[in-house]
Amino acid sequence: MQGVKPLSLLQVKQVSLSFNSKKFFIGKDLSKKVLNDISFTIEEGTCLGLIGTSGAGKSTLGRVILGIQRPQQGQVLFQGYDIYNSDKATQHNIRRDLQVVFQDSYSAVNPRMTAERIISEPLENYGKLTKGELRRTVCELLERVGLSEKDLKKYPHQFSGGQLQRINIARAIALKPKLVVLDESVSSLDMVTQSLILELLSELKDDFGLSYLFITHDIKAAFSISDKIGVLEKGELIERYDSKDQFFSSKHPIVKRLRDCILAEHPRFRTLTTGKLG
Amino acid sequence: MGSYVLKRIMTIVPIFLIATLLTFGMINLSPVDPAEAYFSAAHIQATDEMLEQKRHEFGLDQPLLIQYVNALIKICQLDFGISYVTNQPVWEEISSRIPATIQLTLGSLLIAILVSVPLGFLAGIKKNSGIDHFSRFLSFIGASIPSFWLGYLFIFFFSVKLDLFPVEGTGTWRHLILPSVTLAFPLIALYTRLLRTSVLENSQESYVLFARTRGIHEKIIMGKHVLRIAISPMITGLGMNLGNLMTGAIIVEAVFSWPGFGRYFIEAIFNRDVPVIQGYVVLAAGVFLISNLIVDLIQMYLDPRISRKGRQYQ
Repeated sequence: MQGVKPLSLLQVKQVSLSFNSKKFFIGKDLSKKVLNDISFTIEEGTCLGLIGTSGAGKSTLGRVILGIQRPQQGQVLFQGYDIYNSDKATQHNIRRDLQVVFQDSYSAVNPRMTAERIISEPLENYGKLTKGELRRTVCELLERVGLSEKDLKKYPHQFSGGQLQRINIARAIALKPKLVVLDESVSSLDMVTQSLILELLSELKDDFGLSYLFITHDIKAAFSISDKIGVLEKGELIERYDSKDQFFSSKHPIVKRLRDCILAEHPRFRTLTTGKLG
Repeated sequence: MGSYVLKRIMTIVPIFLIATLLTFGMINLSPVDPAEAYFSAAHIQATDEMLEQKRHEFGLDQPLLIQYVNALIKICQLDFGISYVTNQPVWEEISSRIPATIQLTLGSLLIAILVSVPLGFLAGIKKNSGIDHFSRFLSFIGASIPSFWLGYLFIFFFSVKLDLFPVEGTGTWRHLILPSVTLAFPLIALYTRLLRTSVLENSQESYVLFARTRGIHEKIIMGKHVLRIAISPMITGLGMNLGNLMTGAIIVEAVFSWPGFGRYFIEAIFNRDVPVIQGYVVLAAGVFLISNLIVDLIQMYLDPRISRKGRQYQ
């Protein structure tokens, strides 16, 4: 890489985490290692796609980064501050710059709040805006994510999944954060909505200079938005690529298998690789 | 929203009609002959002629439908007839007891809410803490002590031994305290548990966890996301209990000689005082309908989804 090295926004240093279950009867240790010595960084203005099969520990890693699942070992540094070992005020500020969009858009919002209140909540929480300013900001955000002013007074159940995910995105970017964690954010949406949301996310990334951590099992979705790719398998970050070409030329067996799983455009060219399904 | 309120209010009419019809039907089905009951209440040995005349006076010789319509028209004018026992209009008897009943009802509801809301909320937030154990203990006691015994215990300690409150009667706020607390005790037990459970349930909702990750202040999370929703089963319970309290705090009224509804109606039943019984049932139906209406309107305010049409998720 030439020129100035970009500032790293998020540093994950040797994070390990295991879920302990109590020893059952005879002393067999049933603790399960979910994350094993994971380190990576995300630079400002970039998107890291984290792919892996289900159960690989992707979402747990997301929770560790969001500060809701303390790892047993390692550190998570956001803009140089340790998420887990900093005072309350710092944590409060970290959370302002570190927002999240989850997979299930319905369970991420309070079903009894209107779109307006959902989006204005972080703004009220972190800033002092007058009512008029607040309303204007919320309208701008709604329009930015492709909804309109007439959606202000609607409740979550009156939106479709894709629309509600847009509201979640509007809520996440309301505070102009530095990093947005997208935990399977488009996975439950249909193909068309998915590509629209992905498009929106890339636009927002350029407009606001956002960085993303894009957690997904969907390799195609990850490619369409990410600058870099990390592959997580059984709690280990097995490969990291700075470009998509590297991913395709990788010799790693697990990566090969993942790669093979991408369906060809036409069914005739699809092959079953494991043979177990047929 | 307005149309929902209107619709909700309109549903009262048919339910009320059915309630009056049932009352009327049951009184007609019962083996009690009102004319006989009238004379026996007045301790008069009635001849057949006198009975016949009374029946005519009460309109009992008319077809049932006409009797019902007449009764209905009278009910709408708050005319429930004249008590056989006291020879006073039933409505006057009832309305003279309303203030005492409302006092007791509101007093006990207020105490129940003031104690159970903070207690249940704290017990839910701090699960398995001291306050949670205390609330469990209190609920256990409240649910298992019968109110007549509790009432006498209160009288014994606070009136007789400590001389803090009057033993019985009505008048000042000091008269109100012991009966209200006695009546509120089982309610406190119920509401505390209800609220604790639903606070626990709601604080495990994912949007509550997510609100924390988004850095929303704990005060806002608890107030807006947890308590506001958690309180709604309790309000439903409150509506049901409001009806019960208004119409039948019989035991507590008896223990504290409180001049409310409950005792009056029990006496009416023993005296076979038909107009009073009829008036009571109709009134009880009305009270239940209105208290449930109030509950529904509060619920609608708390959960706007109720009055909204739209896609239903799940």
